[in-house]
Amino acid sequence: MRQPLDWQIATLKEVKHETPKVKSFTLTLPHWVKHRAGQHYDLRLTAEDGYQAQRSYSIASGPEQEREIDLTVERIEDGEVSTYLHEVLVPGDRLEVRGPIGGYFVWEAGLIPGPLVLIGGGSGVVPLMSMIRHRAMAGSIVPARLLYSVRNFEDIIYFNELEELRVDGSGLEVFYTLTRSQPPNWKGYNRRIDDQMLKELVKPFSKSAQAFICGPTLLVEAAANSLVKLGLPAAQIRTERFGPTGA
Amino acid sequence: MSEPFVSRGFVGKRRGGTEKAQRIPPGQYLTEDFPVLSAGPTPLLSLDRWTFKMEGLVKEKVSWTWGEFLKLPSQTFVVDISCVTKWTHLDMRWEGVSVDTLLEHVELDRKAAFVTAFSHEGYTTNLPLADLLNGQAFIAYKYDDKPLSPEHGGPARLVVPHLYFWKSAKWVAGLRFSEKDRRGFWESAGYNNHGDPWKEERYS
Repeated sequence: MRQPLDWQIATLKEVKHETPKVKSFTLTLPHWVKHRAGQHYDLRLTAEDGYQAQRSYSIASGPEQEREIDLTVERIEDGEVSTYLHEVLVPGDRLEVRGPIGGYFVWEAGLIPGPLVLIGGGSGVVPLMSMIRHRAMAGSIVPARLLYSVRNFEDIIYFNELEELRVDGSGLEVFYTLTRSQPPNWKGYNRRIDDQMLKELVKPFSKSAQAFICGPTLLVEAAANSLVKLGLPAAQIRTERFGPTGA
Repeated sequence: MSEPFVSRGFVGKRRGGTEKAQRIPPGQYLTEDFPVLSAGPTPLLSLDRWTFKMEGLVKEKVSWTWGEFLKLPSQTFVVDISCVTKWTHLDMRWEGVSVDTLLEHVELDRKAAFVTAFSHEGYTTNLPLADLLNGQAFIAYKYDDKPLSPEHGGPARLVVPHLYFWKSAKWVAGLRFSEKDRRGFWESAGYNNHGDPWKEERYS
């Protein structure tokens, strides 16, 4: 009998160019299981001679998107798996995956009370986007604020969708910080995430806020430490980190 | 029999050459970095208040202060580490105290068969006692000849190199010995109860 985390062969349905370095891959799964926003899938590539490489990628789609998942993947220079996905894979190709995996960095509408504080750096926004999409599809009106740090404007993933969701009246607010360069008349932040920025972010929320932070180690360390200083209980701060490692 | 699956056009990078490749467990890739992975904020622990305890099925509990712990005989360990998130880092150099040395300070009840490693901020992970004995595990307080930094689990962490790295509890506060096995933090969240990288015991 098939076990939930057995490998299955997914088919690539479509590829979306998100930014110059980031693409989203929509995979159709023969054994689709509803995931929880924030979870990931493992992906395994096999060469002709049997050599294999595995990586984990966060799910970008909401659990309401049935029978398929979106994985958003940043192309890592000299990467082994991300370069294959970006440069070789085309719709119709098959891919071995298993999941969904992970039981802590997850948010489910209605189950976890309290307003939502989402802090993402670079492609660390991916699991947070799954939460934002889930929140929208589930019709949740729990207040939610996303602080999203990237280097340049063109590095913002999901910009158009976030712009639509922030004005849908559900109470989602989105704040960007562009740490390297800003377009003319930029009204968002223009520096690395710091204490002052986080103070402004959590100000309207009580101590009941639930925080999810995902991104490079330095960003996650700084943001989590700041939130602790601002009085948010450590048990309400969930983190997911990635180092500068060759994915 | 179905045909083995092949990813169209995948060749792979095969880093590190044959000698190193043989030391990388299945599904892992080689990294030179030391990635940081934790479920929550990094606790900042004061050395004045730091303790390490051995409790549960022991005749008399023992608790060391930081100063006392540093006086225990220490060793250098050069080991390969594999994280369930798929990175493997070879030849990581640690300094610390072997669990064997710590066990010389307590009399274990004969019924003791399992251990819960618990941390100052509340993390737990469970292991069979047999996986901590005979030089297989140590409490590290130095990495690469420098004090272990907070994000990597400092002042001190458990290191159990032959199991996935979540078993190597950061910010470790002690070991609790018990007759029965009790699942820890990640073991209760879908991860394998044992975690042997060579058997790819990733998930439950």
